Amino acid sequence: MGASDAPIVEKAGAPARRRGRTRVGDAVFKGMTRIVAFGLVMLLVLMIGVLAADGVRPFREFGWRFLIGRNWNPVAGRQSFGALPFIYGTVVTSTIAIVLAVPVAVGLALLLNEVARGWLANIVAVLVDLLAAIPSVVFGLWGVFVLQPAMDRTIEPFLANTVGKVPLVGPLFRANVSGGFQGGDVFTAGVILAVMIVPIVTAVGREVVSTVPRDLREAALALGSTRFEMVRMAVLPYSRSGIVGASMLGLGRALGETIAVAMVVGNSLGIHVSLFNGGYTIPAVIANEFREASSEGLHKASLLALALILIAIALMFAALSRLLVRRSAALVSGGPAPPATELARLEGAA
Amino acid sequence: MERDGSMTDSVVMRASDLENWSTGAPDGARVRNAPAGDIEVVDLNAWFGNHRALRDVNLSINGRAVTAIIGPSGCGKSTLVRCLNRMHEEVRGARVEGKVLFDGRDIYAPDVDPVEIRRRIGMVFQRPNPFPTMSVLDNAVAGLKLVGGLSRSELRERGEWALRAAGLWEEVKDRLHEPGARLSGGQQQRLCIARALAVEPEVLLMDEPASALDPASTLRIEELVQELKERYTVVIVTHNMQQAARVSDWTLFMLYGEVVEFGPTSKLFTRPDDQRTEDYVTGRFG
Ligand SMILES: Nc1ncnc2c1ncn2[C@@H]1O[C@H](COP(=O)(O)OP(=O)(O)OP(=O)(O)O)[C@@H](O)[C@H]1O
Ligand SMILES: [Mg+2]
Repeated sequence: MGASDAPIVEKAGAPARRRGRTRVGDAVFKGMTRIVAFGLVMLLVLMIGVLAADGVRPFREFGWRFLIGRNWNPVAGRQSFGALPFIYGTVVTSTIAIVLAVPVAVGLALLLNEVARGWLANIVAVLVDLLAAIPSVVFGLWGVFVLQPAMDRTIEPFLANTVGKVPLVGPLFRANVSGGFQGGDVFTAGVILAVMIVPIVTAVGREVVSTVPRDLREAALALGSTRFEMVRMAVLPYSRSGIVGASMLGLGRALGETIAVAMVVGNSLGIHVSLFNGGYTIPAVIANEFREASSEGLHKASLLALALILIAIALMFAALSRLLVRRSAALVSGGPAPPATELARLEGAA
Repeated sequence: MERDGSMTDSVVMRASDLENWSTGAPDGARVRNAPAGDIEVVDLNAWFGNHRALRDVNLSINGRAVTAIIGPSGCGKSTLVRCLNRMHEEVRGARVEGKVLFDGRDIYAPDVDPVEIRRRIGMVFQRPNPFPTMSVLDNAVAGLKLVGGLSRSELRERGEWALRAAGLWEEVKDRLHEPGARLSGGQQQRLCIARALAVEPEVLLMDEPASALDPASTLRIEELVQELKERYTVVIVTHNMQQAARVSDWTLFMLYGEVVEFGPTSKLFTRPDDQRTEDYVTGRFG
């Protein structure tokens, strides 16, 4: 056997062996992903199942009135449960957070990626990332001792004197039911949430903005656009869907945030037009009351039902964002708009 | 057959457009007594980081004529044209030294605004790059919107004029409000030409505008270049020797970032001074 034969044999054998190995690897990989995927779905189903086992009781008792009920009284003998104040508080604080955080985050993302380069941009980027690392209870403390006093004394009176006089949106910014600005309120909670979600929206926003093809940027610049016009012309339209996705990620965090909100939102049941009134959110009430909630009566069951509602709200927003993303993605690719059945399916999910 | 018919149609259409240009249609103020649009390149060097892509380039580009730039891949053709409208500096780490005199004024002088230069010196890229979220018409007038001050109807009129000038009008007049990304590749490229023409630049730089196109679209773009040189200074980068010979009045041959030979196209292709030019244009190179 000549030495020159050996490599040839090896060469012929290697691909076959590799292919065999790949096939086994594929099967293992496939099996594992299936197990993991199935496990995750089971976990979700199990979780919802456990919540629903008790959580349906208030719905059985009160029907739809549980959703629109404004009373929440866990005192035995006078029990009465309605979810509306919490739904309202959760949606409103999260909405405030999104409205305030998204422009800031998008602005930051554009500033860091499109305008500023060099050490200053790096410092800002690091600071924004650091913001994400601060525990939420620390945000809560800061809210109680710094933000809330500032809000009560200066910011809220100022807003009431300026924006409060504007028709249409004015009523949102008036003195609270006791005629002043003291106490925790949904606006302060929204502001804290905004600060908390800016980092994640900025980080994802930067990723999104960096995917805009250089071709498009150069097309705009070559037409004689300034940097700002280039952003408006090429960057923003292209990244709209991604920015919606980034915002939804932030919204998800805002909806679920518990402790910082519980510390500043006022934990009161009222539903008022003015945002300077106290409110209550679903995570906050669950965290505050689960210890005393007994299985007798509907208190514990109502808290579980609130948890279900929170999941439903989150899913609803997720579905909504999918819809938005799909619409603008279709625009960008120049493909057809999503078929009606797809829209119907998503709306069904919501 | 049908295809041929429609092509001659649109050629006729464009010929009449050109008449309209000189009579000033559509807004009556289009006649330009502009300077000739000469470009003088003096000792130009360009870098990407430490890589020197242009070496002491000297060149005079004549106004109202077509100058072709030829040379093997990587010799710096794109870099050179991108230095002519200050797009080179948009690449991170890129740097330029030397002068580019446009109508006698150095576009790299410290008081010159690159935005202003890019408005006067338009550019068409190798790959069609219409704005995907904009309609055909919005794409055509994108540059005009930047300048501002035009009403909707004026914008539409100018858009139509630009689309006609780019030989695209007949094909898209019924789909002006569809996304620009839905056009074919050749149509997209002509849309990009229309977009560049709409702002009425004095110079049009084209970096291999036909490299991604079929022969018919290529032919149209070549015809278009012929028409454009009546009013514009055109610089066209091409890999296609025949194309350079067909469309250009002047040809520049580059190698490794240096100018090897620059002269009238007919001379460069038949009696080049440099042996390397001869090797390249006859296909014996490398
Ligand atoms: N963005 C970049 N970063 C670093 N080097 C670059 C960059 N773009 C081009 N170069 C280098 O600069 C030189 C000139 O490139 P250029 O794109 O001008 O060549 P070209 O003549 O246009 O080639 P082609 O015909 O392939 O388009 C090449 O050596 C290339 O590797
Ligand atoms: Mg090139």
